[in-house]
Amino acid sequence: MAENGYNPTELLICTASRLVPDNTTAFIGTGIPMLAASLAQKMHAPNLVAVFEFGGVGAILDDLPLAVGERRTFHKAVAATGLADMVETAQRGFIEYGFLGGAQIDPYGNLNSTVIGDHDHPKVRLPGSGGGNDVGSHCWRTIAIMPHDQRRFVAKVDFITTPGYLSGPGAREAAGLPVDTGPYRVVTTLAVLGYHPDSKRMMLLATQPGVTIDDVLENTGFELLMADEIEEYPPPTDEELRILREDVDKDKLYI
Amino acid sequence: MKVLDEGIGKLIQPVDLDAFRKSNQSKPKQLIDKRMSEAEAVERFIHDGDYVGTELYGTVRCPMSLVNEIVRQGVKDLRMAGQGVTELDTLLAAKLVKALDITYIALEVYGVSSVLRREVESGRVETCVEWSNGAIAGRFKAAAMGVPFLPMRSMLGTDTFKYSAAKIVECPFTGKPICLIPALILDVGLIHVHRADMYGNAQIDGISGFAAEMARASKRLIVSAEEIISNDEIRKHPDKTVIPYFLVDAVVEAPFGSHPGEMCYAYERDEPQIKEWVEASKTEDGANEYLAKYIHDVKDHQEYLELIGVDRLEQLQAMVPGRS
Repeated sequence: MAENGYNPTELLICTASRLVPDNTTAFIGTGIPMLAASLAQKMHAPNLVAVFEFGGVGAILDDLPLAVGERRTFHKAVAATGLADMVETAQRGFIEYGFLGGAQIDPYGNLNSTVIGDHDHPKVRLPGSGGGNDVGSHCWRTIAIMPHDQRRFVAKVDFITTPGYLSGPGAREAAGLPVDTGPYRVVTTLAVLGYHPDSKRMMLLATQPGVTIDDVLENTGFELLMADEIEEYPPPTDEELRILREDVDKDKLYI
Repeated sequence: MKVLDEGIGKLIQPVDLDAFRKSNQSKPKQLIDKRMSEAEAVERFIHDGDYVGTELYGTVRCPMSLVNEIVRQGVKDLRMAGQGVTELDTLLAAKLVKALDITYIALEVYGVSSVLRREVESGRVETCVEWSNGAIAGRFKAAAMGVPFLPMRSMLGTDTFKYSAAKIVECPFTGKPICLIPALILDVGLIHVHRADMYGNAQIDGISGFAAEMARASKRLIVSAEEIISNDEIRKHPDKTVIPYFLVDAVVEAPFGSHPGEMCYAYERDEPQIKEWVEASKTEDGANEYLAKYIHDVKDHQEYLELIGVDRLEQLQAMVPGRS
């Protein structure tokens, strides 16, 4: 993709950024979600209310935060509160979008960021839930951002850290999770995916520029449903790339 | 209430509210000068096997001068509430942690913690009980409220719940499943703040993380502060007090107490120093060399700051917007 003038990280940021509309609230974690939120604010969503789990509410993302607790997460913000308030705000239904990531994702959008292998004798000990489980439980719509390969897109995750649709339709509600919440999109370097409204299984919506449907299938470790029409997602625009490089990440911290 | 499901994780700190009340009752309410060094505070208030909590998170407002002193004194077999970057990584690297209520331990932008991997994959950390960030904050909040648990709609349906010590019950009001998270009463809480008076009244600038809840969930509380101010100053702005003095057992003056992390409006984080730890901690030998150089081979926090150097510390202050 480099020949088209952008790298995979820039592609993920631009793709994710377009998914959050103006005048909505979004729970933002470290890394690509911060860049996507900042780009969205500078493009189409100046009043995207960025919420950071340790207390930043409604920051203007002039400068990129390096961490979810640092001062840039409440720069020109409307409030600086704390962790309990942020999770409770999501639990009360105020947070529209939440960004997630993980080492593994399954067809129902369940995410693993805890262990590879057995919990008590792990092959790889990963960081743990952090705010992931809270975001995946309470936000109305979650967007997972992942590199796309067979190791990550698996039929069964080793550990469900963060709930997707769990075992399928009705499972979230039966478990006691808030109704009408759940995974919305998966953004990868190969595709934009959603979930079938009835089966709640992951569904291919669009391929990234220059990527074929076969490329996506070859890199997915389970059967993907197909949308009726699979589009090619529009590539990052010159304006998005300019703002991303010259403004959002002018110090080249991430891209 | 009908219990529908129980996490298989161990409750590694008992919920003993009446003992907690007695402990709070016995705390002095008179205004006592509680200032002391890191060495004295750690020696008097933190013991082998204690359950310890730290605030805030990541590289932000972490009580590093206290954590470094714990490493220097080798207080061991600690049980800890784990959401951390620099402070948890340091204690894990020093092999002082036996059990974790873990929510997130990693290096944020620098990825997975090599130290956590070594300590957990080798089994040196004997117990990892899983929680979400919200659940840990809620557990402190329950303790702060003086109640045994709080209901929460996190963790439901997941392995995070399965490997926690939470329970899912049928809610007696709605009939729906709800997760109950047990109060987490700390033996010792460590909180670094912007300023405090000699009695322990403490103020924090910027986001408050979970300082208010954790301070109130601690049997013993050590506050370290960038600056000691007068009681008159505190009383001019009582709305700024996050922690009132009677919660506090020790007050430690610790300028740059969060280094290599940051304090909002005071100094930025020391990126080269954090990168040095990220690289060093990739191997056990590297981590040991780092701990030797920056902790064991310096006498106290003052000597640590001298090792880092005044010029560098002043640069970190100058990097704060509006200060250069």
